Amino acid sequence: MMPPGGPDRAPVLRISALTKRFGGFIALDNVSVDIHPGERFGLIGPNGSGKTTLINCISGAFRTEAGTVVFAGEDITPLAPHIRTRRGIARSFQIPRPFKSMTVAENLMVALDFASVGGDFIPAAQRRDTVMSILTQMGLASKADLSTLGLSQVELRKMELARAMATHPKLLISDEAMAGLSSSEVDEVLDLLIKLAGQGITIIMIEHIMQAVMRFSERVMCLDAGKIIAIGAPAEVMANQRVQEAYLGT
Amino acid sequence: MSRSSIRFWIGAALFLTAVVLMTQLIRNEYPFFAGYVILQFIVLAVAWSILGGYAGYVNFGTSAFFGVGVYTAVFLFKATGAPLAVQIAAAAIVGALLGFAVGLVTLRMQGIYFSIATIAMTIIIETTVTNWRYVGGAAGIQLQRPPVMPPFDTYVQMLFFVQALLVVLTVAIARYMQISWMGRGLQALKDDELAAECTGVPTLRLKVTACVISGALMCAAGAPAAMYLQYAEPSSAFNLNYSVSVLAMSLIGGTAHWIGPVLGAILLGTTQQLLTVSISSEVNVLVLGVMLVLFVVVAPEGIIGLIRKAGRKRAGDRA
Repeated sequence: MMPPGGPDRAPVLRISALTKRFGGFIALDNVSVDIHPGERFGLIGPNGSGKTTLINCISGAFRTEAGTVVFAGEDITPLAPHIRTRRGIARSFQIPRPFKSMTVAENLMVALDFASVGGDFIPAAQRRDTVMSILTQMGLASKADLSTLGLSQVELRKMELARAMATHPKLLISDEAMAGLSSSEVDEVLDLLIKLAGQGITIIMIEHIMQAVMRFSERVMCLDAGKIIAIGAPAEVMANQRVQEAYLGT
Repeated sequence: MSRSSIRFWIGAALFLTAVVLMTQLIRNEYPFFAGYVILQFIVLAVAWSILGGYAGYVNFGTSAFFGVGVYTAVFLFKATGAPLAVQIAAAAIVGALLGFAVGLVTLRMQGIYFSIATIAMTIIIETTVTNWRYVGGAAGIQLQRPPVMPPFDTYVQMLFFVQALLVVLTVAIARYMQISWMGRGLQALKDDELAAECTGVPTLRLKVTACVISGALMCAAGAPAAMYLQYAEPSSAFNLNYSVSVLAMSLIGGTAHWIGPVLGAILLGTTQQLLTVSISSEVNVLVLGVMLVLFVVVAPEGIIGLIRKAGRKRAGDRA
């Protein structure tokens, strides 16, 4: 299958021969994949297959043993997470990690202060406008001045996506943003992600909810025990026997 | 300048004017002798809370920084007869370097490693100074104060004024850090270090910066103590009491706002002075302990937390 945007466009993210070990345990084993600009990329795999580890290696939370991560043409393998964020990689967390002593708007302000170029020199009123427009887009405008402690699960997920968006990402990684949500909430978050992808942001979505993966993804990759076992169009990957075995454990 | 900044600087000017007026009007030496200690604790507590409060990294090494400040002054005074201002400036530089070294080595790790390292640092430095003959070793060293500079009548009055200047400097720095982008970054990393990194906050650099500034100010606060006592001795300059008192003052005052440690230092410092005069200096430690336990149970966010809660309640009643 041709990647969207044609084969000759340079990938926004190129992962080459990435290996990550935890002691004797190989969490990622020689993983290579290209993600293309504007792509909606689904990442699936059973628990412990290395999905979140891969995300942590892309966002810089983990150091890798071997392999490189090239983002927008630059080798970012040695860079600290905050520099990767400034280059344009944003993420949400599997278990929401809000700045709990702050309001929702202040959470986004951190991103404006630190992740955007010249953030400190933009006038306060304009910064507030930026924050409010992101929150409005996420349907959180009414919660702007509430403490994150008062948010529901779905609101926390949206807040994390909003905070990630406030860093002006080129690549957004959503780590199980729909886990534990009701089916209507899943649709809500999914619509948000599709809308963001429509704005030209490349999105990697980790998810266990298969309908969401199928609806969202242009391409799906399945990991099992740290190895890529299938990659391609969603329907193809789902039909793949090794994927079914990995999930059903036969 | 914002309105709150104008208010702050007017307040600082009024405070310094009052201090100068006190030195001109009050003849009795004792208020300055006691007041100096309280001011010194304000500097220490506010400086401590820059790292301990804003960033949430608990420093048990206040006494190390304080003692290094004392002995930087002692060394310079003995070696070159350097004036007080030079002693303080040099102590600040040494404190910054010490903060940088400790910070860089331990702040890479999250959690309590930093706290443990600061305790180890205190012991190492105290042992080193105890065995350093030039500055008096374990027996300590006597210092002869140079003549006092006008408009002050006595050296203690001058030290009182100098420490008041350090209070203004320290609070101004702490306040700037709190309201600027740095404060937001420190608050973010205190809440969640990984999330902060992934939101673009350079956590290590911010922590080390806070440690450097905090260390410099704590050392600067210690420098005049040599001249204040006219005597320096390792076991009192590096006394663990400084670490415990300053920690208690910051926590009792509350660390969410710079005024917290100021209030805590005034409250505890005054209580300690009163107890020392009326009962004994040993009771201090007991009272300190009881107050700390009381606050941890009743008001975990300190006096600041109590004030904010009262403010919210009043706002709630009005609504």
